[in-house]
Amino acid sequence: MLLNIIVLIKQVIDPDIPTAEFKIEPGTSEVATPFNIPPVINGFDENALEAALRIKDSQETTVTALSLGKYFSMDVVKKSLSMGVDNLILIEDSQDRSGFDSSITAKILSTAIKKAGNFDLVLAGRQASDWDNAQVPQIISEHLGLPCVTLAKSIDITNNNVTVERQLPNGTEIVQTSLPAIITVSNELGQPRYPTLRGIMFAARKEPIVWTPQDLGLSESTLTSQLQLTDLYIPTSSTECEIMTGQDAAAAGRNLALKLRKEKLI
Amino acid sequence: MEINNSKLILILGELDDQGLSSSTVELLSIGRTLADSTGKSLSIALLGSMAQKIAKQAIAYGADFVYVLSNPLLDSFQIDLSLSALDQLSEKLNPEIILLAKTLSGRDLGPRLAARLEVGLIQDCVKIELDPSTEKIIGHRPVFGGNIMATVTSTKFPQMVSLRPKSSSPLEPDGTRQGTIEQFRPSINVSQIKTRIIQSIKEENNEVRLEDAKVVVAGGRGLGNSDSFKDIQLLAKLLGGAPGASRAAVDAGWVPHIWQIGLTGKTISPDLYITIAISGASQHMAGCYGAKVIVAINKDSNAPIFKDAQFGVVGNWQEVLPAFIDTIHELTD
Repeated sequence: MLLNIIVLIKQVIDPDIPTAEFKIEPGTSEVATPFNIPPVINGFDENALEAALRIKDSQETTVTALSLGKYFSMDVVKKSLSMGVDNLILIEDSQDRSGFDSSITAKILSTAIKKAGNFDLVLAGRQASDWDNAQVPQIISEHLGLPCVTLAKSIDITNNNVTVERQLPNGTEIVQTSLPAIITVSNELGQPRYPTLRGIMFAARKEPIVWTPQDLGLSESTLTSQLQLTDLYIPTSSTECEIMTGQDAAAAGRNLALKLRKEKLI
Repeated sequence: MEINNSKLILILGELDDQGLSSSTVELLSIGRTLADSTGKSLSIALLGSMAQKIAKQAIAYGADFVYVLSNPLLDSFQIDLSLSALDQLSEKLNPEIILLAKTLSGRDLGPRLAARLEVGLIQDCVKIELDPSTEKIIGHRPVFGGNIMATVTSTKFPQMVSLRPKSSSPLEPDGTRQGTIEQFRPSINVSQIKTRIIQSIKEENNEVRLEDAKVVVAGGRGLGNSDSFKDIQLLAKLLGGAPGASRAAVDAGWVPHIWQIGLTGKTISPDLYITIAISGASQHMAGCYGAKVIVAINKDSNAPIFKDAQFGVVGNWQEVLPAFIDTIHELTD
């Protein structure tokens, strides 16, 4: 049985840049694109790519990466191809609205998944490191009427059944469902693979398929927001840290303990 | 639903072994404040065979109406059934506001219920307030790993909001409060189940649950190996608390996943949180939002943890920690 897997990937601001690099565009409710720092594929989405490629390692599978955004860095999104993905579909939106309102993102992606053709499995990262909504795959499951399993650390497909090991805060859970399904992947699945030389050469040649929301039959009037972003602000810390010292590190450690006792914290 | 004349706030409650879950008690506190300041009534949905027994507890914590969905199919959380049942209740009550907690089950339930009701979900709020002119909810939510805060409102009704656990304090229960308990019988059956739980493996951490601990001692990547976490465990035990770790230490395989604190781990709210060799990346800090006092031991004076910590030592943990532990030994003997 040939499997068709679609992996949803998102290009995001590198979450590991220093806190001070996160800025708001003055006079707007937009997050500033950090200067000279390339974006990355959302970390959990790379775990989802790895999950798809592990399935491809063991059975005949076509993997398609699908992404929505206003601007794509080809070096970034083509990493999926160099890791081993077969096709890349990019939906170029005239507006950057992939942020706070997950319902629009989910609507566009659901329509694109249907247009992309037959699929058995949709995979996505558990949440995106930019807007942290953790909603899009769940909403897509409603639009497409698919069973939805979240927080996968392993995925096993046998015939038409899929068995998912979920990583939960207090242990693990084994869940079964049937295909087609949508599954979100957590970092416990393991490190995403590095691109291979062959993959890099393939990615260089391979042209992504580019659609717009209009190509999907979605006019601007069908993409009305259900949420409104009213403001962005940088959180302030009111805490002043009292640094304990001493003649050496050990004395500082001792003074810290004495201070905590004095403050009745221990 | 563009127009909504309903005067009703609906909380999607969760139960645990002790009764109402702690996040549900927090929601009742937030909901009560909202209800009192807008003249609305506060309702809560409780699911499963235990719901009837717990209903009075919900009234004591602030609910005016308790909707009991006592179908035993709802005893343990099964997404397809809970979703269908709560969708039916929401359609019947037509609430103006729906509140839920961003717990494990809330994360699956919230976005899907919002999709069925054709509204947006303001996810993972750490604070909500009312717009004084429109009386609409403004949700404050951390984005970009907590480096930026966003305020979001709904353009449709019901306004649906999920709250991060531990972002508010519960009310004191009042056993004399009056309220109404009603049965609601949703039409659900096993044929709606699309995902089946085959096995649940609970890992027990320690005597003290990390989420409930008054003191938490956690270590990070800087500890270097799993052996060093023995000191973390020792110190936690000495202070009657629980040990924890950053994601980096868990990813390195030094400690089990159940120790993980942060955006993709557990959310803690101890009175005292002692961090050893944890840099304090915002993804970690997202899990200790509710900690009252943070103490940091870190060799890097520029580590972001010192921005949130109240007391700290800049130094190598190998030198600082033994003296710190010895002194605590002397003080607590």
